[in-house]
Amino acid sequence: MNRVLRISRLGAEGLKLHPLRSLLTALGIIIGVGTVIYMLAVIEGRAAEIQERIKARGSNNIILRAKKPADDSKAGTSRTREVVYGLTYEDTVRIRETFPAVEVIVPVRDVFGSVYSGESRTDTVTMATVPWYLDVARGQLLAGRWFTDVEMESCTPMAILGHEAARTLFLWRDPLGESVRIGAKVYRVIGVLEPTVTSDEREALKRDRAIYIPLSTVRERFGERNVKFVSGSMDIERVELHEVLLRLQRSEDVVPVAAAVEAMLERFHANKDYEVDVPLALLEEAQRESTKSKQLFGSIAAISLLVGGIGIMNIMLASVTERTREIGIRRALGARRRDITTQFLVETLILSVVGGLIGIAGGVGASALHEQLVADSRTLVTLGSVVLAFGISALVGVLAGLYPAVRASRMDPIEALRHE
Amino acid sequence: MPVIELRDVRRTYRMGEDTVVALDGVNLAVEKGEFVAVMGPSGSGKSTLLNLLGCLDRPENGQYLLDGKDVATLDDDALSAIRSERLGFIFQSFNLIQSLDVVRNIALPLFYMGASDETCEARARELAGRVGLEQRLGHRPMELSGGQQQRVAIARALSNNPVIILADEPTGNLDSRTGEEIMDLLGVLHREGRTIIMVTHEDDIAAKAGRIISMRDGRVQSDSGAGA
Ligand SMILES: Nc1ncnc2c1ncn2[C@@H]1O[C@H](COP(=O)(O)OP(=O)(O)O)[C@@H](O)[C@H]1O
Ligand SMILES: [Mg+2]
Repeated sequence: MNRVLRISRLGAEGLKLHPLRSLLTALGIIIGVGTVIYMLAVIEGRAAEIQERIKARGSNNIILRAKKPADDSKAGTSRTREVVYGLTYEDTVRIRETFPAVEVIVPVRDVFGSVYSGESRTDTVTMATVPWYLDVARGQLLAGRWFTDVEMESCTPMAILGHEAARTLFLWRDPLGESVRIGAKVYRVIGVLEPTVTSDEREALKRDRAIYIPLSTVRERFGERNVKFVSGSMDIERVELHEVLLRLQRSEDVVPVAAAVEAMLERFHANKDYEVDVPLALLEEAQRESTKSKQLFGSIAAISLLVGGIGIMNIMLASVTERTREIGIRRALGARRRDITTQFLVETLILSVVGGLIGIAGGVGASALHEQLVADSRTLVTLGSVVLAFGISALVGVLAGLYPAVRASRMDPIEALRHE
Repeated sequence: MPVIELRDVRRTYRMGEDTVVALDGVNLAVEKGEFVAVMGPSGSGKSTLLNLLGCLDRPENGQYLLDGKDVATLDDDALSAIRSERLGFIFQSFNLIQSLDVVRNIALPLFYMGASDETCEARARELAGRVGLEQRLGHRPMELSGGQQQRVAIARALSNNPVIILADEPTGNLDSRTGEEIMDLLGVLHREGRTIIMVTHEDDIAAKAGRIISMRDGRVQSDSGAGA
């Protein structure tokens, strides 16, 4: 072992003799490994981002949304139009009765209109929903509490504020115990939510700006009508429910149940005034996509590493020829075949492993730079990709170094000594 | 018992169709402490003989007994071990490694013997002093004259304290004055009791050896000290 170490030192010295040549020789590996790290970081970063978005919406959830059907009435024929669309309480009852796999159903209705707190006002969506909304939608309370079943039953006017909404309405004051006015009705603030953690900024913004009230209070106060004024004309929308979240116990059921629910909705809705969103299906698609891009970039990286390996092998063969005489001298003075093999193999190994390390550093640097330069991008250097890249460069080193090293050790010392 | 004994040794080279007989039945015995000069015209097989004695090559036919042991029974690693532990080489063209300084060149045989770095360094410095190069320890071979380079080679041949020193035309690339200095050094080594076998063209150089062997066409033509 000691002998191997001492001979290995010769390999390192051989490289120090020609630092520029060594660097150029390792360039192929440096670029190859750097590319692997960088590409994987971009792919993994995207995958992680998508996964996080989907997780934030619940991977066991199916989300049904009301969707205004394509407008078939002629615009401008009437100043006032009433459109009826969206999901209904009846839908939720049917789903509960038909699909035992659906564990929890969360109906949500958006209430439009300004919300006031004293002089402060915010134009926001008020989401009327049920006591178990928070759990299914994965929200977190910053202070206070959510409303209870009893408060739901008794139509108690209470509100929970999204993080942004609390800021807008109360600035730095503590909103708990204060009240907000929605339309003509006053609601007591009993809770404030934490900021939503998701990289899906639109979803986060919507949730953080929202105000949450018991669905029962809305059914009583607003009837089933939302009045919107759009550029001078008045739109009256009748929507019972804007959103219905379904949570399933088992993730295997998510995709088939979503399909069945969609089939059922199709039967009972004349227009396609709803959409079915399955975060898990998106997740699976995203995973498939990232696997595909990994394979594509993997093969590109493999080719560049192969080219790098051939480059190293080529230079090492030239170096062996150039140093034939040295090999002859070493052999005559007592070097064994395997000492010569070790010396040259270590030289190649150092080249490729150090090249690999530089490549890893470069790839990590490029990933960081990518995040800085490309807006809205995220990269993720995984331990796996570093280990993979390092392993590959070591493997390339052994493969590219073995032949030249063995060739050096097989030389006849007498011939080698006579070499000019 | 002789340190070196050759019995009817043959060595041929194939050159395409032809076979060149480089050694054609050589018999030779060298006792410990002898200083032997090998002479003969170019192509007579002197270098082939020396390579064989130096365990860089093996006889095709016949036997080579080194310290009574048949070299034919040894594998490549064992021959390497013999070279690093018991033989010292001096070449006509010095054969120093250009990228190593004087100290590291001298220490090469010790390095392959497995001596520690400290031992290598200390012994190399001591030997450099012996051959008059204490001022040149950190120099590269390129920065030395021919005579100085051959001194490095001699110091290197001595570093492992060898039983036998093999020198193939050690003065061949040197002017006569420097050649003489080198011969004086070899003379000292001989008087220390080492066995020296030296190939040379020059009569006055050969005269310094105690025994002269003349070769012709791969055979020993005359041997001044045969049987001595
Ligand atoms: N590697 C070789 N290949 C072919 N022929 C060789 C080789 N080495 C030596 N010879 C031949 O063997 C003969 C002896 O060579 P050598 O021992 O070098 O002679 P010397 O050293 O006495 O000049 C010569 O004819 C030479 O041409
Ligand atoms: Mg010769």
